[in-house]
Amino acid sequence: MPQHDVLVIGAGLAGQRAALAAAEGGASVGIISKVHPVRSHSNAAQGGINAALNPEDSWESHAFDTVKGSDYLGDQDAIEIMCREAPEEILHLEHLGVTFHRNEQGKLGTRAFGGASAARTYYVADITGQAILHVLYEQLMKFGDQIDRYEEWFTTALVKDDNGRIAGAVTRNIRDGSLQLFTAKTVILATGGNGQIFDPSTNALICTGDGIAQAYNAGATLMDMEMIQYHPTTLAGIGLLITEGARGEGAHLYNAAGERFMEKYAPNKMELASRDVVSRAEQTEINEGRGFPDGTVALDITVVPKQRIHEALREIVMVGRDFAGVDITREPIHIKPGNHYVMGGIKTNVDGETDVPGLYAAGECACVSVHGGNRLGANSLLDTLIFGRRSGAHAAKVAKGMSMPTPAGEELNRERETIDAIVTRDRTGRRVSEIKAEMGAVMDKHCAVFRDDAGLRVALEAVKRLREEAKTVSVDDKGSVFNQDVLGALELQFMLDNAECIVTGAIERTESRGAQFRTDFPERNDEEWIKHINLTAGADGEPEISYSEATMTQWEPQERKY
Amino acid sequence: MPDYKLKIRRFNPESGEPAYWSEYDVEVESERSVLKGILTARDDQDGSIGIRCSCQAAICGSCAIRINGKTALACNTAIGEAQAKAGPGNPIVVEPMNNMPVIKDLIVDMDAVHWKKVQRVIPWLLPEGAPPEREYIVPAESMIDITQSMACIQCGACVGACLALEADPEFVGPAALAKAYRFVGDPRDGQEKERLTDLAEDPHGMYDCTHCFACVEVCPKDVAPMNQIMRLRRRATNDFEIKDRNNGYGHEKAFVNLIEKYGTLHEAQLLPRSFGDGSLLKGQTEPGAVKELIESLPTAIRGLKSGKVSPRKALWHHKLPGQENVKRIFEEIESKDERLELNLYIVEEEPGEEQGAMAEGSQES
Repeated sequence: MPQHDVLVIGAGLAGQRAALAAAEGGASVGIISKVHPVRSHSNAAQGGINAALNPEDSWESHAFDTVKGSDYLGDQDAIEIMCREAPEEILHLEHLGVTFHRNEQGKLGTRAFGGASAARTYYVADITGQAILHVLYEQLMKFGDQIDRYEEWFTTALVKDDNGRIAGAVTRNIRDGSLQLFTAKTVILATGGNGQIFDPSTNALICTGDGIAQAYNAGATLMDMEMIQYHPTTLAGIGLLITEGARGEGAHLYNAAGERFMEKYAPNKMELASRDVVSRAEQTEINEGRGFPDGTVALDITVVPKQRIHEALREIVMVGRDFAGVDITREPIHIKPGNHYVMGGIKTNVDGETDVPGLYAAGECACVSVHGGNRLGANSLLDTLIFGRRSGAHAAKVAKGMSMPTPAGEELNRERETIDAIVTRDRTGRRVSEIKAEMGAVMDKHCAVFRDDAGLRVALEAVKRLREEAKTVSVDDKGSVFNQDVLGALELQFMLDNAECIVTGAIERTESRGAQFRTDFPERNDEEWIKHINLTAGADGEPEISYSEATMTQWEPQERKY
Repeated sequence: MPDYKLKIRRFNPESGEPAYWSEYDVEVESERSVLKGILTARDDQDGSIGIRCSCQAAICGSCAIRINGKTALACNTAIGEAQAKAGPGNPIVVEPMNNMPVIKDLIVDMDAVHWKKVQRVIPWLLPEGAPPEREYIVPAESMIDITQSMACIQCGACVGACLALEADPEFVGPAALAKAYRFVGDPRDGQEKERLTDLAEDPHGMYDCTHCFACVEVCPKDVAPMNQIMRLRRRATNDFEIKDRNNGYGHEKAFVNLIEKYGTLHEAQLLPRSFGDGSLLKGQTEPGAVKELIESLPTAIRGLKSGKVSPRKALWHHKLPGQENVKRIFEEIESKDERLELNLYIVEEEPGEEQGAMAEGSQES
């Protein structure tokens, strides 16, 4: 039975950064991931990471852009912390060896990004997330003595002690199928987002909202779950991401008539308005018949000099070539808005603490909230690193002052029974893949860029029915070694928990703010709705709704124009 | 949608049975990936098919397998193209990678081979002294240069395809050596010489690569591991005069010098000159060459006996007509200040090409 001061679940940027910070704080650390850490979805963050590091820039400017981007739903105290600490974090990464782009003087160079009033995005070509993730993993290997890595271990549930404090987690070793109870003084969830609820999505197959569901089931509060970002530039059908960096480098958007339509929607920032604005503009063009027959608009990257494309947008050249059969240096590529990111998540304070004592959350699974109703591009990597580090440091400090807790006993057996039941059940109901496909289609239809009450209620009914159906799924794989089939069944249940919360929040918020646009309530309603929607698991299994005020420090709500 | 037949090599470690083949018919659009085909089979027919996969966008590095015998990422190999390679009427053959033990079906033990080798090269930055207050000031080109090896997603395709590794399982291998170059080429790292010496002295180190190009061919991210290995070698010999275990550098130099002098290869001089710059006739041969020369005597005698070589041919080598043109090539290349590196990462574009496919007159960037 492994024991650690700090147990980190998830090994993307937030998890790895938390583990390193906790080790630096003197804690014994375990880090668990259901995939090898470098397979984590932080890899896919292409464009870069924001920081006001230039002397001419200021953290206040970065913070204001973030507040405005959030449509005034972000907590301004948390945003201030993130933007203040950003420059130091960039320098830290640079010192660890991240190969950030340099300017002609050999100093860190920047590119422009959406919703930002200055070019403050630091980057490594268009593989920024990958470059940082792999460098952090270098550090994880370096500190292998202090940080135990559990690679390809799947966490099924969180465990508390008799006083309701977190005490560890139940985890399955994917390689041999054994189930282990990990004991820990503090647990940090860094399990990423839940994009797989939607189909298509830019998110990887592993992004199934496991940690969000596990925290919810352990009594933690979820916040602003309705805030789902649709990224403006994804490939139709398969949902692959084309970085905002392409527009940052100067690429234009056109409708089928060849009009640069952003002139109508955001005359000042054009293609570099914030993501919710651009996605709505595109969807409006498509819905009103000005898109291409395949339900897309065109992204023209050919206006960017070719040498620059090869240097700065190399990944996109490959994506175009391999996945769309398009040479982006010579022709426009067809794109549409697609599911990308969840602004909401497990409610935390600025040190990553959740409502469950000893339980932390950081990164996409958490909601501090720095993104509010809409996340700015290149703020997600920053969020993972700043709040990953803060969670790790805080958890290490807390762990120092306490003894190892005693997990309440029954959790391990309960999880074993759940898994055994799935594996041994004969096939009577639907396949996991069928339920997942229906969920993905329903969510993308009714809970996307434009929403209304009627559609959302259709989605809620469907999700509730699918949750029932998911209780009787069976699997083909009856083995222990790499039984991915049974893990898929567990992930399906996590996804459906997430989906129910997303739709519940979307129904509840009867206004349009950030990524939530209600065609039946098209206006932002500052009188009633500058507040967070909190969800907890009720005794009857339904989400219970409450509210908390969004924190304001120095920026009063204004009309949002780009 | 077209139909495809996938023939997947299966292995269930719990059954006690050897590997076997399963065939699945799947309907997938031809431009979708082989991974999509495998996942369709898994979703609809047999949930027990084991394959690591996640991003489906060639960035997470999970799904390297062999498709029709060639190592590739399943997610960025179009199923229609895989069918074309397999030939009409034949199934698309899907197998786990080589050079690593199979855990189950298409899942191999990356830890036992790939990651062990990565650990071998001390895979973290070792800067000299305390970091500066701000960022390290380094040339922009150096960061672009090592971003080629930074682009590695650790998928292990090169490890699976490496022929040298097949012959010598202890070989540090293409991925780990490309990772090593990421530090050796990083101006912020302070251990360049130590790293190079270590990898040169290891009998399974950077001189174990046989230049077969397999890693370059299979790499899905154009990291070109072999090129990184060659850069390690050039830096070792040119910048630090580290002894090349196989004398390959001397061999290359002798080859180049002889071509410069004669225009064609003077084979009798190649071996002795590989060990030093002296002439065989004048007795200026390095001691290392003597052993090699003695070992190659039987070959020389066979050549003489069969009439392939005559003493006159061996000792006197004619110059190529128009040798001055060859000399000009040498002068042109050697007049350049910088060492020329073949970097596939940055594709040179011919200047002055038309830009802006949709935007007339729009040239802002």
